[in-house]
Amino acid sequence: MNIFSKAFWLQLSSPKTFYPVAGKMIPWFMGTAIVSILVGLYYGFVVAPEDYQQGDSYRIMFIHVPAAWMAMWIYIIMCAYAAIGLIWRTRLSNMMAGALAPTGALFTFLALWTGALWGKPTWGAYWVWDARLTSFLILLFLYFGFISLRAAIDDPQRASRASALLALVGVINVPIIYFSVKWWNTLHQGASITLDKAPTMATTMFTAMMIMTVAFFAYTFAVAFMRVRNEILENEKNSAWVGEMLGREK
Amino acid sequence: MNLAEILDMGKYAFYVWGSYGVVALFMLIEVVLLITKKRSLVKSITRLARLNRE
Repeated sequence: MNIFSKAFWLQLSSPKTFYPVAGKMIPWFMGTAIVSILVGLYYGFVVAPEDYQQGDSYRIMFIHVPAAWMAMWIYIIMCAYAAIGLIWRTRLSNMMAGALAPTGALFTFLALWTGALWGKPTWGAYWVWDARLTSFLILLFLYFGFISLRAAIDDPQRASRASALLALVGVINVPIIYFSVKWWNTLHQGASITLDKAPTMATTMFTAMMIMTVAFFAYTFAVAFMRVRNEILENEKNSAWVGEMLGREK
Repeated sequence: MNLAEILDMGKYAFYVWGSYGVVALFMLIEVVLLITKKRSLVKSITRLARLNRE
């Protein structure tokens, strides 16, 4: 198995080969997610102290920030898959883009939800039309647009191409979200974690947040692989290999 | 520190547990839906295959 050869990637990108490979990876990703959620919760609720200004309400951060990061990361990864599918017409990358979208929409919603519940005790409002919140709401609509466009077009190739274009145009929103707190005066605070500076929060809080991020990342790949396997099964239900595989499992 | 003390979020209980509860619920629902879908797919494919053989 030479992972640098073109043949290896060509073979892996066939749904038939990918189906069992993804199946073997799902328990590892799900296991990593469960273990790190437990460790992250331990750090977030037992190790990390109460915040001297926000009391316990800041503990929402341990899921709010990872969910928001994932919402943006999934969008970028989804776009990368969609772009590969657009350029090389690889079926599996289009399927992966489609499989990531619902989870991306879910994390976008959860970031907005937890943000609202954190905003109320901290800012006094569940929602404000601030640049960060508004651009994040647009991200949710981009996910919805991507999902519905794929569902609305019957021909899978045309559906993939149209939705890939939509996703790629919408990717401009990701840097807008990220820099919104710098470019505009926002109620939402600026980034506490940046590449060029040390995090501006206690180490225990930072650790809890990072572990939860690992958990959400692993969860994302576990459910995306589950969804892509379902899609492969549905598309290839009449093919010989699916019949053989299910015959063996029985 | 006992569990009750850890879980006591004081006046923020609604906001903290409202956040964690919904996140946990939705993530669980997503997994359950995917597993249910997989089962129904496998069922319908094997049934179809059996009908074709008969």
